[in-house]
Amino acid sequence: MLLETRGLTAAYGQFRALFGVDITLAAGETVAIIGANGAGKSTLLRSITGILHNGAEMVLHRGCPIGALPPEVVMQRGIAMVPEGRKLFASLSVEENLLIGGQVRRAKGPWSLAAIYDLFPILQDKRHVPGTALSGGQQQMVAIGRALMSNPEVLLCDEISLGLAPVVIRDIYAAMPRIKASGAAIIVVEQDIGRALSVADRVYCLMEGRVTLTAPAAAISREAIHTAYFGAAA
Amino acid sequence: MAPRVVTRTRTGTIAGLCAIALILIGLALPAFASRGVIQDLFTLLTLLTLAQLWNLLAGYGGLVSVGQQAFVGIGAYAMFAAVILLGWDPVLAIPLGGLAAVALAVPTAFFVFRLQGAYFAIGTWVIAEVTRLLVAQWKALGGGTGTSLPREATSDIIGVATIRALFDVREAAARDILAYWLALALAAVTIAAIYWLLRNRLGLALAAVRDNTEAAKSVGVDARRIKWAVFLIAAFVTGVTGALIYVQTARISPDAAFSVTDWTAYVIFIVVIGGIGRIEGPILGSLVFYALQSTLADYGAWYLLTLGLIAIAVMLFAPRGVWGLLSDRTGLHLFPVQRRLEGIDLEGGK
Amino acid sequence: MIWIDTIVQGVLLGGLYALFAAGLSLVFGIMRLVNLAHGDMIIFAAFGILLITGTLGLNPFVAALIAAPAMFALGWALQWFVLNRVLGRDILPPLLVTFGLSVALQNGLLEAFSADSRRIPAGPLESASVDLGLVTVGWMPLLTFATAIAVIVGLNQIFYRTALGRAFRATSDDPVTASLMGIAPKGIFAIATGLAMVVVTIAALYLGMRANFDPSIGPARLIYAFEAVIIGGLGSLWGTLAGGIIIGVAQTVGAAINPEWQILAGHIGFLVVLMIRPRGLFPRAVD
Repeated sequence: MLLETRGLTAAYGQFRALFGVDITLAAGETVAIIGANGAGKSTLLRSITGILHNGAEMVLHRGCPIGALPPEVVMQRGIAMVPEGRKLFASLSVEENLLIGGQVRRAKGPWSLAAIYDLFPILQDKRHVPGTALSGGQQQMVAIGRALMSNPEVLLCDEISLGLAPVVIRDIYAAMPRIKASGAAIIVVEQDIGRALSVADRVYCLMEGRVTLTAPAAAISREAIHTAYFGAAA
Repeated sequence: MAPRVVTRTRTGTIAGLCAIALILIGLALPAFASRGVIQDLFTLLTLLTLAQLWNLLAGYGGLVSVGQQAFVGIGAYAMFAAVILLGWDPVLAIPLGGLAAVALAVPTAFFVFRLQGAYFAIGTWVIAEVTRLLVAQWKALGGGTGTSLPREATSDIIGVATIRALFDVREAAARDILAYWLALALAAVTIAAIYWLLRNRLGLALAAVRDNTEAAKSVGVDARRIKWAVFLIAAFVTGVTGALIYVQTARISPDAAFSVTDWTAYVIFIVVIGGIGRIEGPILGSLVFYALQSTLADYGAWYLLTLGLIAIAVMLFAPRGVWGLLSDRTGLHLFPVQRRLEGIDLEGGK
Repeated sequence: MIWIDTIVQGVLLGGLYALFAAGLSLVFGIMRLVNLAHGDMIIFAAFGILLITGTLGLNPFVAALIAAPAMFALGWALQWFVLNRVLGRDILPPLLVTFGLSVALQNGLLEAFSADSRRIPAGPLESASVDLGLVTVGWMPLLTFATAIAVIVGLNQIFYRTALGRAFRATSDDPVTASLMGIAPKGIFAIATGLAMVVVTIAALYLGMRANFDPSIGPARLIYAFEAVIIGGLGSLWGTLAGGIIIGVAQTVGAAINPEWQILAGHIGFLVVLMIRPRGLFPRAVD
C-alpha cells in the first residue's frame, strides 16, 4: 500500500477534527474525499503532509510511519500538496513558483518546466508575472504545476475547484487525465461531488471527522452519498 | 441570586491585607533602618514603579516601547528647570515632571502610533535619543555635562525639617527618608491604580485590543483611545518618577537622565525575569534584581553580562518569568483580575 | 563649494550606514526579526578583526576574510539554537532575547578588551585621498561606498538569481507553504543570519578602519542601521542604501551648520521621512 492512515485522530487545541480515520491509497490510484465544510477533509490532508503532527504510526508511507514528521521531510519522500487556496508565493514570479516546487526534491520523472508549460500553455505567456497577479484559475494551474515539478509519487489536491467559475474548473480538470497518466497516485479533496466522481477510482465520504462511506466511484448512488454527506435519509 | 461578574478571590484578599501591612511597616522603617537600606529601597521602589508602568504598556497594552527613558529624562529636567529657573521647591516640582512627560508624549504618540510592531519600538527609541540630544543643547541647565540642584534648594525642601526632628538625623539623610516615603507612596498608588484599571472595563478592553485589535474594534472598543490613554498615563507617571529620582540624586546630566541602560534595560529585565503581563511579575522581578545587584554590583561588567544572559535564559525556558513558573505550579494569583461568573448554575458541558 | 563637499561626504557616509544596515535588512526582511544586538555584533566582529591583525600580523582585509566564515558559523548557531526558539507571532520574545544578547555582548567585550578606544590599522589607506575635480574624497570613504554597492549587488544576486534566494523569498512570504515545498524554514533562517553576519564582518572592517571604536558604541550603530532599513522600506536592499544616504547627508549637513547637531540632524531626517511615508520609501507589496 503506497499511503494509508490508521485510526488517524487530529485536533486543533481543544477542538477534535478527526476521530479515527482509515484511508488507503494504492500506487497509480485516484481517490476522492468528499464531505461538507468542516467535515475534516483539509485536516486529513494536513495530517498526511505533516503540517499537523499526529502519532507517528497514524500515517504510513510504503509501510513507514510518517505521522510525526515535519512537512519538509514528508515532501522529500515524494508526497506533494496543492494547498487549499493556492498559496502561491507573492514574491516569486510564475516561473519561480514552478521552479521552487522542484528545487529541493530532484526526482526523475515526466514533469519539468517544459512539460508544465505544455500542460497549461497560458502559464508560459505569464511566466515572469508575479504569482499572485494571475486570475484564480491560472493561479490554480501554477499551484498544480508547482506540486508536479517534484515528480511526486503522491499528489494531494485540496479543493482545487474552490472559488472558481465552472468553465475554469472544467479547464483544470481537463488536465487530470494527463496527470494520472504520468503515474502519480492522487487524492482529490472536493466539495464538487460531480468533478470528484469523474476523476476518482474510489470515493471516501467524511462527515464530522469520520468516514461515513467508501465505495468505488462507479458503484456509488446518489442516495448513499446524500446520507453519508449529511447524515440523514434523503 | 442574580448572576454577577466578580474578580475577588480569597487569596487576593489575603494578599491585599498583607500589602497594607507591608506598607505600614515600610512607613515606619526609617526609624530603625540604616541610611544605606533606605537608599537601596528607594532605588528598588522607583524601579518597581517604572517596571509596573512598562508592564502596563507592553504586557497588557501590547505597546513595546524602548523609549520610556525619554519621559524619565524630561520629567527630571522639568523639575530641575522649575527649581533652578523658577525657584520652586523640588518636591513641589515633581508633578511638573509628569506634565512635561505628557507634553512630550502627545507628539510622540502621534508619530509612533503610525508604526507597527518593531518599527514602533525603534521609533520610541529614536524619539528618546532626539529628546536627549535636544536637552543637551539646553545651556541653562548645564548642556551636555549637566548640573546639580543648588544648595539653597536642597537645604530647604518641604518636610525635611520635620523629618530631621522626628528621627534625629542629618539633613542629607532626612532628604533620603523623604524621598523614600514619596517613592513608597508612588509605588503603592501606581500598583493600586493599575490593579483598579485592570479590574474594570478599561482593563478588559485593553486585553482585547492587545489580543486582537480588529475583533476588539468590531465589538465597539475604541482601540485608538485606549492606546492613547494607556500611553499618556504611563508617560505621566514615568515623568513623575523621573522627577522624584532626580530630587534624591540632586545631580543631573543628559546621558544619565536619558540612559537606555538604567531606565529601559533594567526595567525590561525586571519585568521579563519577574513575569510579563502580570502585576506580580515586576514585584518579584524587582526583588530578584535587587538581590542580584547587591551580590554582584562589585563586579562591574560581569554583573550586566550575567543579567543579559539570565534574561536570555528566562525568555528561552520560562517565557512567563519566575512568577509565571510559580503561578503555573501553584495556581496562585495575588492580584486576581480574571473575571468569573457567580450565581449561575452551569448544566452539561465540561 | 562647501555644500557639494558636504553632500558628497554625506553620500559616502551613507555607504557605511548601508553596510551597517544591509545585514539587518536581510534578517528583518526574511523573518521579521528585530535583532537589537546587531550593532554590538558589528563591534564584536571589529574586535575579532583587530585580534587577528594583532596576533597574526595580517592585513585587515585578509583578517576580515578569515573572520567572515567564523562569523557565519556564529550567526548560524545563534539563529539555530537560540533565536529560532523564540520566533513566532509575538514580537516581544526575540526583542527581549536580542536585548539581553546586546547587553551581554557589550559587557563581555568590556571585560575582555576594556573600555579603551581602538582602531584597526589601515596603513596608507587611512589618509589617502583622491581628487575628483569638484571635490577631494578620501580613499577609505570611497572604498566603503563601493563595497556597500558591491554587497548589495551581491545580495540581490543571491536573492533573485539563485535557488537559495528563491527559498529566502518564499519562506519570507509563507513559511508553512515553503515547508510544503521541502524547504525547512528553520534552516533557511539560520543561513540568513549566518549570511547577515558575513555582511556584519565587512561593515566591521570599514567601521574599525575609519574611526575609533569601543565596546559601548554598538547601540548607536544599531539605531543608524535601523533608521536606514526603515526609511528604505522592508525588503528593499537598494532602499536601505537610499536610507543610509539620507541619514548620512542629513548628518553631514547638520554638522556643517553646527558640529553639535550632527547626530540630531540624522534622527530628525529619519523622523521626517517616516512622517511622510510610515512604511518607508520602497516597501514591498506583501507585509
